[in-house]
Amino acid sequence: MLRTTSKPALPAKLLGALAALLLACVAPWLLSPYDLNLLARFLALSLTAMGLVLLWGEGGVLSLGQGVFFGIGGYALAMHLKLADLGPTELPDFMVWSGVTALPWWWAIFKSPVVAVAAVFIVAPIVAALFAWAIFRRRIGGVYFALITQALALAFATLLVSQQGKTGGFNGLTDYHTLFGFNLNRPATVLGLYYLTVLFVAAGAGGLLWLLGGRFGKMLRASRDGSNRLRFLGYDPAPYKVLAFTVAALLTSVSGALFTLHAGVVSPALVGVVPSIEMVIWVAIGGRESVAGAIIGALLVNFAKDKISTALPELWLYGLGLLFILVVTVLPRGIAGLFAEIAERRAEARKPASSSSQKETGQ
Amino acid sequence: MSAPLLELANVTVDFDGFKAINDLSLTIPAGSMTVVIGPNGAGKSTMCDAIIGRVRPSAGRVLLRGEEIQGAAEHAVVGKGICRKFQTPGVLVALSVIDNLIIAATTDRRWWKSLTRRPDEAAQARAEEILALVGLEGRRDALAGNLSHGEKQWLEIGMVVATDAELLLLDEPTAGMGAAESTQTAEIVKGLVGKHAVLVIDHDIDFVAQLGGRVVVLHQGQLLREGTLAEVRADAEVAAIYLGRA
Repeated sequence: MLRTTSKPALPAKLLGALAALLLACVAPWLLSPYDLNLLARFLALSLTAMGLVLLWGEGGVLSLGQGVFFGIGGYALAMHLKLADLGPTELPDFMVWSGVTALPWWWAIFKSPVVAVAAVFIVAPIVAALFAWAIFRRRIGGVYFALITQALALAFATLLVSQQGKTGGFNGLTDYHTLFGFNLNRPATVLGLYYLTVLFVAAGAGGLLWLLGGRFGKMLRASRDGSNRLRFLGYDPAPYKVLAFTVAALLTSVSGALFTLHAGVVSPALVGVVPSIEMVIWVAIGGRESVAGAIIGALLVNFAKDKISTALPELWLYGLGLLFILVVTVLPRGIAGLFAEIAERRAEARKPASSSSQKETGQ
Repeated sequence: MSAPLLELANVTVDFDGFKAINDLSLTIPAGSMTVVIGPNGAGKSTMCDAIIGRVRPSAGRVLLRGEEIQGAAEHAVVGKGICRKFQTPGVLVALSVIDNLIIAATTDRRWWKSLTRRPDEAAQARAEEILALVGLEGRRDALAGNLSHGEKQWLEIGMVVATDAELLLLDEPTAGMGAAESTQTAEIVKGLVGKHAVLVIDHDIDFVAQLGGRVVVLHQGQLLREGTLAEVRADAEVAAIYLGRA
């Protein structure tokens, strides 16, 4: 139904997506190993950004606590990686340092790679669904919701730091070498994991576009702009927001697990309040109503962060703040919105005055 | 004899001691047209709120086909067959006109149905019908947010009709409209009577006259008079509190 208006733009978008995919596939031959590792990390992060497009851009629900789900995915996989390096009776190094003598049962089950991977895909969505259901059923939204999620991120990071003997504390979990029997330092493994990440990003983007292109996308936008109207048309708007929050949590958890693989570390510094806000900034800059914008935003901001903070470490946060203010005031729809506007203007210029003639119906 | 479509039986709505509706009784037969008038603060909108489940009466009963519905959740009341249009247009701005109508016309409103790709043929056909009914064919694919104020009002009337509710509550459907638009709105609303029972709230006496039908005058939360517009207009008490200035 809606396609009639967007039909001419579709092939161009499809071509753009294919070109981006092709570029991602040949990137290992174009980039240095260091830059390829960065690209892999930031592509992993773009899954988090996509989750925010669904939740914030389309659903109007701002979450400042996505770091929690990022952390759940990252820690779930890192726990397995940590145990995979050890003999049957050995304990992870940080447990030994903290005087822990026996592996807690909820650590032990992560010895199984199946449990770890299942946890990445299942735990965060379940937590998210229960949390969102409890909140949205009570019609809590807007800034209150943002504050609750921010508190959640703070509590989660604090918990991780305080439980040194079980979580690795402030340093988190790091120093692991094998995944499913593959040596993580071998170039072939690195390349394989890079392509796995590209695959997840492509699948995530495709799945999200499918979800948003159908009736669910329309209902989600409707619940964003007119919860009350929807209610008085006989719909309960809460389930749409709950599902958006749950899917976003799934994407963010996978994002955290992939990032942990590429970065070789997961720690409270990646899951707390500040990183959670940074995630929102990527999306604001890239364009919160566009899946492509989310990927662009995550890549652009993080590459800029890497380059600028290496050269001028103190300057980065100011630069990020400035960029954020600039985007919010000048480009409310982000970089993707800029492109959309250019496309709209071109389309407008091509067919002058044809749309205004339709308007005279009533008078 | 079967129960009337809607019956308010001694309904009182109390806002911390202020009785916005005070012991009000009213029946609305199926397929009828009822126009509610009254000065500001007479309790017209509160009466709608009580019917639709937005406020809970502190006393009295709201009966739909003899079944008590006071206290039910808003979306549940809609499922039973009452739909309301608010004073300010409440269209879904990010969706096209036709999508607004399709959402309203969809009868299976369970959330997981939104995950299927199969279009709801019945809802689409009904949406196209309503589109013609409210005269918005030329704006079919426009975003609802880009409509003029009058067009938004018509779209929302269309959405309320599209739910196929037996009772339609239209709260000031001509708010912000010019004379020509009002006349067109009156034609649309008159066309609904018979299939639906319509309850209209409005201030504009010209519009009320165009609608015809039974007029109910509310004053200070109570029913003051009931009758044709001419009868009500001839009433000295009504003239004193309300129509005198018109």
